[in-house]
Amino acid sequence: MRAEFAQAMVTLLEKRKNLVFVTGDLGYLALEGIAKAYGERFINAGVAEQNAVSLAAGLAREGHLPWVYSAAVFTVLRPYEQIRNDVCLHKLPVKLVGNGGGYTYGIMGATHHALEDVGAMRVLPNMRLYLPLVATDVDQVVSRMADDPLPNYLRLSASAKIPGNVPAFAPWRRLKSGRSCVVIGMGPVLQGLYETGVPNLLDELEIWSVGTFPLEDIPDALAVSIKEKRRVITIEEHYLACGLGEALSYLFLKSGAVPESLVCLCAAGYPSGRYGSQRFHQEESGLSGQALVSSIQQLLRA
Amino acid sequence: MRPEDAAAECIMLEEHVFSVTKRFLAMYKKANAGHIGSSLSCAEILVFLKFAWMQDDDTVVLSKGHAAAALYSLLAEAGLLSDSQIDSFYSEGTELPALPPFNAIKEIPFATGSLGHGLSVSAGMALGARLNRQERQFFCVTSDGELDEGSVWEAALFIAHHRLTNVVWIVDRNRIQAIGRTEDVMALEPLDAKLRAFGYHVVTVDGHDFASLLAARDACAHIIAARIAPVAIIANTVKGNGVSYMQDTVDSHYLPMSAAQYEQALVEVTRAHEAAVSGLRNAG
Repeated sequence: MRAEFAQAMVTLLEKRKNLVFVTGDLGYLALEGIAKAYGERFINAGVAEQNAVSLAAGLAREGHLPWVYSAAVFTVLRPYEQIRNDVCLHKLPVKLVGNGGGYTYGIMGATHHALEDVGAMRVLPNMRLYLPLVATDVDQVVSRMADDPLPNYLRLSASAKIPGNVPAFAPWRRLKSGRSCVVIGMGPVLQGLYETGVPNLLDELEIWSVGTFPLEDIPDALAVSIKEKRRVITIEEHYLACGLGEALSYLFLKSGAVPESLVCLCAAGYPSGRYGSQRFHQEESGLSGQALVSSIQQLLRA
Repeated sequence: MRPEDAAAECIMLEEHVFSVTKRFLAMYKKANAGHIGSSLSCAEILVFLKFAWMQDDDTVVLSKGHAAAALYSLLAEAGLLSDSQIDSFYSEGTELPALPPFNAIKEIPFATGSLGHGLSVSAGMALGARLNRQERQFFCVTSDGELDEGSVWEAALFIAHHRLTNVVWIVDRNRIQAIGRTEDVMALEPLDAKLRAFGYHVVTVDGHDFASLLAARDACAHIIAARIAPVAIIANTVKGNGVSYMQDTVDSHYLPMSAAQYEQALVEVTRAHEAAVSGLRNAG
């Protein structure tokens, strides 16, 4: 999604003159176009995320629309108190961009994985999160964020490849209908559902994508499906704590659309203590491959 | 400046700081609150900035938010906070808590007191003003204990690299932090050499002496105007300055005043003020 993001930021500059782009010294072979287009409004603030976020708050106070870019884990966790105090409490329109949500950084290892970024951001006051799924979402999300007066966090990952027509970006999207089970996921981890290789399995799944936090109320069509199918799987490349599954559990109870069986698939961390690609870690967590198939089949038998 | 004009400016500042100090001492007494030593440490610095350096469009960030009462009193002195707001300090439902609030007072752009934020937000506003082609100054007052925070040095690197001469950094160097002396807890000296090494034009002053502060302002004017280097002023101060039982003590960070201590504080502050003004009149 980085390339789409960089292009969207350049395009946005044609409409918005108050943009400032701040990077924490990351974005090799990605941000060069932004640097060129933004000129003095492109700031490499160095490997100093705490300063970068407070700096952005100061820029916003002076009427600018600052975007702060780094790897997701560095955007969110290193300057967490700066985000809370200087950005969120003051309700300033600072746009935080984290590249590499979940296990995107793969073999780079645990320090570069962002498995608690969504949870960390969604508990902050005034903060709205944007979670694109496919490459074509990114431009729409960047436009929405530019118009959103709140502090935002954008979680970039490797774009999902979803067969067929994907609806335009929205807080709730039904990607496909299915017979037996509702799956609700956030971000590109949903791609694994389309790649199980098990004949007819996909026909059983009605798949929904969540695009923003705080979660908007469950759409009527989804509530109907949950009541009808009674089985729900949530899937996220994120720890269970403060993630999608927990947030949805509350919404199920609140809305009265309560599944009889609920499986929350999430990042398990590093169960084997070994490292590999994003796919390797997804499989270890049961988010793709055979473990995902087993979870679905077990639920379908329930 | 002629000596009599300099003396007159100092007398004006002495009158303001006396008024500001009396007001925040009364606030602390009424609230039965601590952090008095923090406010006494930076009272002259804040008065100097507001009444002798800042223009209308300039901004001060009190990064050492624990001295909020001094800031509130300063704003009241400048007619920017009302008596009723001041009276509400520390009370239930007040706009003026112990540490500066967010989005409540126009002249307080950021809630501070969590240490190590002020210099970065000042840098951001200063960069923002520069991008807007505005010639505004941003003054950031940090404590010295605050310099333990790594984020301060991130901001210092950034300001020096981008030559943000529209940020003036004043370090309230009273050598006491929350529960000990700065040089015992985590030594900062040689602080001036550290700041110089970061690219700052460093001036060291007596932070309770207006003549010293004014001389620093005048000496820095060219450095700032010509964008030669960002300016850092190390203001040597005394925590709890002017009240003998509080001076240079950790206790003055925490303990409220008894009735007798309040009376003593007023007597000593008044006596020091009268001596200062008398000395200036004789000099002028």
